[in-house]
Amino acid sequence: MALSITQNAAQHVAEQLSSRGHGLGIRVGVTTTGCSGMAYVLEFVDKLEVGDQVFEDHGVKIIVDPKSLVYIDGTEMDFVKQGVNEGFEFTNPNAKGECGCGESFSVG
Amino acid sequence: MALLQIQEPGGKPAKVLHRLAVGIDLGTSNSLVSALCGTGVETLPDDNGQHLLPSVVRYSADGSPLVGYAALSGLVDDPENTVASSKRLLGKSLSELQNLPQVLPFKFDPEREETSPAISTVSGSKDPVQISADILEKLKVRAEQCLKGELEGAVITVPAYFNDAQRQQTKDAAKLAGLNVLRLLNEPTAAAVAYGLDSEDQGKVCVFDLGGGTFDVSLLSLQKGVFEVLATGGDTNLGGNDFDHALAQWILQQAGYNAELDFSERAILNQLAMDVKHQLSEQDQLEISWQDWSGTITNTEYSEICAELIKRTINTCRRVLRDASLTINDIDNIVLVGGSTRMPVIRQAVASFFSKEALTNIDPDKVVAIGAGIQADVLIGNKSSNNFLLLDVNPLSLGIETMGELVEKIIPRNTTIPVARAQEFTTFKDGQTAMSLHVVQGERELVEDCRSLARFELRGIPAMVAGAAKIRVSFQVDADGLLSVAAEELSTGKKAEIQIKPSYGLKSDLIEEMLQSSQENAQVDMELRSVKEAQLEATQLIDAIANARSSDGEILNTEELLLIEKAVETLELAMKDSSANKIRELTEDLNRISGDFASRRMDLHIGRALKGESIDEVANSSS
Repeated sequence: MALSITQNAAQHVAEQLSSRGHGLGIRVGVTTTGCSGMAYVLEFVDKLEVGDQVFEDHGVKIIVDPKSLVYIDGTEMDFVKQGVNEGFEFTNPNAKGECGCGESFSVG
Repeated sequence: MALLQIQEPGGKPAKVLHRLAVGIDLGTSNSLVSALCGTGVETLPDDNGQHLLPSVVRYSADGSPLVGYAALSGLVDDPENTVASSKRLLGKSLSELQNLPQVLPFKFDPEREETSPAISTVSGSKDPVQISADILEKLKVRAEQCLKGELEGAVITVPAYFNDAQRQQTKDAAKLAGLNVLRLLNEPTAAAVAYGLDSEDQGKVCVFDLGGGTFDVSLLSLQKGVFEVLATGGDTNLGGNDFDHALAQWILQQAGYNAELDFSERAILNQLAMDVKHQLSEQDQLEISWQDWSGTITNTEYSEICAELIKRTINTCRRVLRDASLTINDIDNIVLVGGSTRMPVIRQAVASFFSKEALTNIDPDKVVAIGAGIQADVLIGNKSSNNFLLLDVNPLSLGIETMGELVEKIIPRNTTIPVARAQEFTTFKDGQTAMSLHVVQGERELVEDCRSLARFELRGIPAMVAGAAKIRVSFQVDADGLLSVAAEELSTGKKAEIQIKPSYGLKSDLIEEMLQSSQENAQVDMELRSVKEAQLEATQLIDAIANARSSDGEILNTEELLLIEKAVETLELAMKDSSANKIRELTEDLNRISGDFASRRMDLHIGRALKGESIDEVANSSS
């Protein structure tokens, strides 16, 4: 079980962590949204929770809680630009469908 | 997928870019709420997994009303305080309510006026708006729990035949329930949207809606994503209940039962009939027993039992087609709505009448709510603008009065709304500092034949020669048909605006009448318009020449002066009763004759300017 991050995304995470001044890494998880869909959670981590798994890629620590891991195992995190927007994007091999706005996904 | 940003821990989990909006099918018997969940729009269940909410409200002395399944028992135990089918009560006066075919078990509040009836309950007077609001609020709470967030808007469906008062009361009920109404959507349109028929270029759709107690047929015409209701028909007292009743009668007859049924026997028999109906949707033959009788029933027998009822529905289809001047060959799609359309006997009857299979793969109970949910998601802005659905059109053209009592149409009829259009106008007289705007609605060319909506004035236009000022008049019609008109003088930015509700008080037959009169009078109107325009051009030229003569008349010799005067005279005479062509011809003559005068004036002014006269003096002398 593992998550990966691209070089570009890792660089952005590192920059954001350093400008924030503190933090162990980033947490990637899922939460339920809508009635059947799930949405990604992406936040800074100041302290580890019981059961958290820590993956390291390109020098960045990615922290995942065990419940979320089953849904996002194998996911690759990238940093992309879309027009005037930029941000992180996940490529999740488990996701079977995405909703129109891409906010939530289902694992069918 | 949406791009994510890293959030602070414990903050809001994942930024909700998605704005929550729901679709609500506020039905006569049952209501539903739907929203975008994951990949598609689905109806939302309550805590017990039930999607349908019976449209029943029971009021009690101790405050909060019971809504839905919890209120059902009240129909038997506490009929005076339990209201079902409140949708039938919307927009009706007291006498209309008392003349409804159903016997209503409640007391009406005698204090209320004829036009705003209310039911007296143990928890006070409740008007139809309040009752509908209680149902809507229940659905709102369900949606907010399910979607875990506050709703930003809702699309609520109404029957296509709902009039202004009924639509307004539906909106009022939503407001009372704390819902922001994005749009009221016609039920048949919602059903067609659920099947994605709006993405087709064009076509005609028949929506066949047989619910628990009402039957509606609507014919929709689709053009570039816009639905127009061509015709509707139906029977407000025909539904699944009547099929149950017919079957119950048949069972009694088969069983040779002649005695009066008591209340509980009747309830058991009705339940049996309903069960048989449901099972016959799954299988073709069924064993049934009631009391000491037992027998079998097939779908063929069932269709004979219901033949009369089925015939009524098909006759309605035929009538609606005729009203829209269409034949079955014109119909591209048939959409089935309402639980009763699950009956194979109905599906067969519809398919054989239209010689075409109906669309059935969406649950007919949910299809309207799903369509509303799809529309809500689009209207709240979760979809990009290129697949924005424009589902309504303005029924009559909107425009303003221009000189000569002519109508300049700014938004033509059948334009999809929301829409904004602007046009530039100018002043007609030299030094004109105010402009009166008269907003009118209709298809005719002359103001007096159109409907006046509003008048307002734009003041503070800087004094300029006629035609120099630029006044931008913009018309905006929002999704609910609310029109706002604004006028702005572009050099100074002076503005004036007004808001109007154009369809208010306009009955559909009046719209029809206005349309018809415009078609009948199209030729006459065209000619009238042409004459008026020619007269205007002539007046403008005559005015300009008179101005020029008073300032620079000395440069003309007597002969030239006479020639011009004569041309003006001829033109003025012709303006009174000649054709547009004649007036134009004479205007052209005058223009030619005075052309030399105009160019000499130009030389004169340039000469003066070169001699050192200030521009101001030149300008003053010519105004």
